[in-house]
Amino acid sequence: MIRVELPQHLRTLAQVSGEVKLEVEGRVTQRSVLDALEAAYPMLCGTIRDHVTHQRRPFLRFFACQEDLSHEPPDAPLPDAVASGDEPLLIIGAIAGG
Amino acid sequence: MSKVRVLVGTKKGAFVLTSDGKRDKWEVSGPHFAGWEIYHMKGSPVDPNRLYASQTSGWFGQIIQRSDDGGKTWQTPGGEPAKTPEGFPKGQSNKFAYDSSAETGKPLTTHQWYDGTQHPWEFKRVWHLEPSLTDANTVYAGVEDAALFRSTDGGTTWHELSGLRGHGTGPHWQPGAGGMCLHTIILDPSDPGRIYIAISAAGAFRTDDGGNTWKPINRGLRSQFIPDQDAEIGHCVHHIAMHPSRPGVLFMQKHWDVMRSDNAGDSWQEVSGNLPTDFGFAIDVHAHEPETIYVVPIKSDGEHFPPDGKLRVYRSRSGGNEWEPLTKGLPQSNCYVNVLRDAMAIDSLDSCGVYFGTTGGQVYLSADAGDNWAPIVRDLPAVLSVEVQTLP
Repeated sequence: MIRVELPQHLRTLAQVSGEVKLEVEGRVTQRSVLDALEAAYPMLCGTIRDHVTHQRRPFLRFFACQEDLSHEPPDAPLPDAVASGDEPLLIIGAIAGG
Repeated sequence: MSKVRVLVGTKKGAFVLTSDGKRDKWEVSGPHFAGWEIYHMKGSPVDPNRLYASQTSGWFGQIIQRSDDGGKTWQTPGGEPAKTPEGFPKGQSNKFAYDSSAETGKPLTTHQWYDGTQHPWEFKRVWHLEPSLTDANTVYAGVEDAALFRSTDGGTTWHELSGLRGHGTGPHWQPGAGGMCLHTIILDPSDPGRIYIAISAAGAFRTDDGGNTWKPINRGLRSQFIPDQDAEIGHCVHHIAMHPSRPGVLFMQKHWDVMRSDNAGDSWQEVSGNLPTDFGFAIDVHAHEPETIYVVPIKSDGEHFPPDGKLRVYRSRSGGNEWEPLTKGLPQSNCYVNVLRDAMAIDSLDSCGVYFGTTGGQVYLSADAGDNWAPIVRDLPAVLSVEVQTLP
């Protein structure tokens, strides 16, 4: 099981509390995790990455294992600890707006 | 006894205000979607319990919300996490994808950027939702960057009416200070093919064939900030209002100037008359008197607050030119709020109610067509939009 921690506003939108747990088939990458997340919670489509380009929205970041993975290619493997479920993938809303 | 339901969109959530026809005691529910900007909410004239809301955020983008119980509960259309025989649904209720050229697959058109170069259209948010007059599942969305979309499945999927962007003047459109937004959509109750829209800062446009073909309707508008003051497009229209009994008569609050058209926008005349300033955003028409109109004069484009710190609605009973200030119950000193373009609404009770919201978080009501005013609420987040439903 892959663990994903969403920002508060997206937890409200998806009507979940705490971490989201997902089954991800194949390699565990940003793309495969987000595909699984959007399939399970379709109301999140377009809120983390663009509907058409699939680019990460500018004010969101992907963190895991004390690393900023936001600029990693979407098909790069996520850390082993995320793939094994020992650590969550954190989706963080940037602190912006003054 | 009749009831009214006021739908208030704010910078930090949505509020629903309800009262009986006396309109002196109010219930306030909200904030719904707390922390999000609610640009606009509006109910279907066919099914008043069907509401649509535009929920947006700089972080998470656009969300469309729908209620089927008058705002008690909400859902993202088609976003339910329920597996069907075809698999999980795709969440597309917030997918506003611009049409591209059928021949080349390239963007249909570009528009003018601040530096004079051409720039591709980029979706930012939905400014206005206009439910169909005849079908609760059909709703129009005016978006930034300016385009018109339509859903015929209750907001689950959206398709652009791209004849607007593609009719020819698109490459000359450019953003106003608030962005290049399509903020006004008016459906003609007497002609299902006719729709009026307005864009900042491109101007007003009309279709007579349900959205396939469009033409600018800006003759008579004069804008000092553009090189050709009488240009076909480039005018910063702030809002347009129409009385349903006279769909060919339009009233416009332009950036500067209050205007009217008696021929469905083919030509416009200025009716600013004795207003203390003809800058402003909101404009609306009395429910039962099609020549009675309301504006809220704002000092200038550089100072977005009422002149002299006095919040005054101005009413004309002659369709413009002759205006009277309405002040009873409104702050007449030290008031420096703004009233935005979609933040005024009219109910259709016998004694016509006029409502407006301010960037200071007040929602004011006059239950006697503007003679006397009182706040319904006074400490909401900055109000972006106000709509009212008159219910049986």
